[in-house]
Amino acid sequence: MNKQLDIHRNSDAMRKSLATLGSSLGAIFLALFICAVLLLVTGKDPLAAYGKILETGFTSDKFVEMLKRATPLIFSAIAVAIGFKMNLFNIGVEGQYLFAALIAAEMGTHVSLPAPLHVLFILVVAMVSGAAWASIAAFLKIVRGINEVISTIMLNYIALSFIQWLFETFFRDDSDGGLNVKTTKIAPSGRMPDLVHDRLNGMFIVALLVAFVFWIVVFRSRFGFRLRASGLNPIAARTAGIPASRMILVALMLSGAVAGLVAMPAVIGDVYGYGPSAIATQYGFAGIAVALLGRNHPLGIVGAAMLFGFLDSTSAELQLSGIPSSIVKVIQAIIVLVVVIVNEASSRRYNRRTAERAAMALKSLDARL
Amino acid sequence: MKQSKNFRLVVSIFCVLAIISTVRLWTDQDALTSSGTIGTALRLTVPILLAGMAGLWAERCGVINIGIEGMMIFGTWFGAWGAWQFGPWVGLLFAILGGMFGGLVHAVATVRFNIDQVISGVVINLFAFFGVRYLSELVYVGKPGGGISQSPPQKSALPRFNLPILSGGEIAGWKSPDFLGWLESQRWFILGDFGGIGRGLTHNLSWATVIAIIIVPVSAWALWRTRFGLRLRSSGESPVAAESLGVKVNRLRYYGLLISGGLAGLAGGTLSIVASSYYRQGQTAGRGFIGLATMIFGNWRPSGILTGAMLFGYAEGIKLVASDSITALFLFIAAISAVFFIYSVIRRKRVQVLVTLVAFIVSAIAYRTIDTVPESLTQSLPYVVTLIVLATANQRLRPPAMAGVPFRPGEPH
Repeated sequence: MNKQLDIHRNSDAMRKSLATLGSSLGAIFLALFICAVLLLVTGKDPLAAYGKILETGFTSDKFVEMLKRATPLIFSAIAVAIGFKMNLFNIGVEGQYLFAALIAAEMGTHVSLPAPLHVLFILVVAMVSGAAWASIAAFLKIVRGINEVISTIMLNYIALSFIQWLFETFFRDDSDGGLNVKTTKIAPSGRMPDLVHDRLNGMFIVALLVAFVFWIVVFRSRFGFRLRASGLNPIAARTAGIPASRMILVALMLSGAVAGLVAMPAVIGDVYGYGPSAIATQYGFAGIAVALLGRNHPLGIVGAAMLFGFLDSTSAELQLSGIPSSIVKVIQAIIVLVVVIVNEASSRRYNRRTAERAAMALKSLDARL
Repeated sequence: MKQSKNFRLVVSIFCVLAIISTVRLWTDQDALTSSGTIGTALRLTVPILLAGMAGLWAERCGVINIGIEGMMIFGTWFGAWGAWQFGPWVGLLFAILGGMFGGLVHAVATVRFNIDQVISGVVINLFAFFGVRYLSELVYVGKPGGGISQSPPQKSALPRFNLPILSGGEIAGWKSPDFLGWLESQRWFILGDFGGIGRGLTHNLSWATVIAIIIVPVSAWALWRTRFGLRLRSSGESPVAAESLGVKVNRLRYYGLLISGGLAGLAGGTLSIVASSYYRQGQTAGRGFIGLATMIFGNWRPSGILTGAMLFGYAEGIKLVASDSITALFLFIAAISAVFFIYSVIRRKRVQVLVTLVAFIVSAIAYRTIDTVPESLTQSLPYVVTLIVLATANQRLRPPAMAGVPFRPGEPH
């Protein structure tokens, strides 16, 4: 009897995840269709554009570039997903990672350590500074009850100007008469080794590692259970003795710590320092999109980041063949919007069906009694 | 009751004027209240004010609008395009329509499909940013003065005018005296400041600014004095109760979001048509979020939003026009703190005594020691102020009760 129930539950879970995958793929195709209409309306041939994307995307060169472009997105999306798992919306990944990038790049020049330790030191500094910046929002929420959506938005802008001030007044490398707009270069011992020479560095492996740890911690540990429980039903969680404010603090700081890694592929793998124009912005918001597309699950996030990386990697060739490359970003935004809508609709349908099935089972049970 | 409230308002305005006038004469920084500063501040106030009103309309009908920034981006692009093609007035119309498009997307996503309102807003911001970039690549690239991140300059600007008699406007060809300008140039205590501020508000005024200012009382009237407004606000306070009384909650939320989007679009339009004469990528520069901050700062009320927008606009304006008078503002803050300190000592409010004392000491020290304020730090002022307001006055803020909570009509509750 028990075993039967178990099988039933398993097949149920299976059906749910299959339905999720199916609806996500369906949503992606729907989004591509909407984009095709958009392209057509603006006088471009959608088939040519998609053909070009497929044609250039599936080459070994582009495969490496896809992985490279996916790396920061994985970090950013996992940072967002940690918050989402507790019903916290961390819009502040943007500020957290830029702050962490500056602090880590600067601290990395002040120590001399053997190679692996130096890299580790920089990564730890990045995670600590990201967590520190995120903890401001956590404290504001715990102590004063300020919604983290508002506070992290404000903290993003505060971070931007704070970083600019720190950089201009303290951290900028003045050695070549103000021409340089970066921090001092990090010594070779603090640089991340490349996987593919000059095109992909070891941070990609770190990203996969972080995704795995995220899965263990959030989906397979007692702490993760508490985290998800607080997100699903805060009142029940509190009744069960899970300390709400401590969970908020820990969740946001973990989120900030992972956010701190977003710019690391560039800081220790590419630029070897921090510069306002050398470190790309907007990853925080792209991470939200990737987390939504990947439904906050590590596998989904890695897949979604790959999809975004794949699309991004084709933009240069699109531009060359006369199709504005920004269409790639438009496609991404539309995919996310459609996926979110379809997921909401399908999960509502799934819940209704479950409720109907339960009602029918109850009815037949009543009839038998 | 009503009269005493107005009386207190007048007295406090007079006090602030007296203090700032003292500070001006003490530090010899005429730019503090010169008509040039105030005029610039007014121009910078308008987009923030409109963005704040956009937030007000959305949240009052029960939908959080993080997408104001994106709708403003639509406004800047479509406004600039319309103005470039057909002239400034049509441009403003296109700006409103562009913003309304963003509002419609937000409404369909959150009201029709019930997805998380914050998520929808974030996605709209992304979509707008890259969507207009795509459009720029299609339309502006290759045109003279245009490019992927910039539109060609517009040929004509919106008309500007001076108020007759007060600041030298013309009545039927007769050049009337510039009374406020004369007052300003005398530099008298209080009267000089009154002249400067008054002339700044009435001189070289754009019609778009006038429209934007009028929107504040009109919104207040529509939301608090009409049946439509009552129903719209009830959709934000308690949609279930509203529905049980026959109010079509979802339809009202569509209206609210369309108005919100239109206002955000207009805010964008004033940036690309009035404040400059072309569209530029990143022109909104986070003003949508400053608008959101202003809405919180203003406690979800039009008058509060106006106050907040003027404050942020003034701070930005003085930074732009006379950045070396910023330090004089520390003295102003110190003086204000001192007044409030005395007030709270009389009223025996311990916490306020402590807070105002600390504020006084900090700003006094800042005035004595700081020579130049780094521009990068002053940029974050609106955000810091909003966080401080949220942290200190959270108990007194009263947002619409059900803003942000999804609502499905016809379901049992």
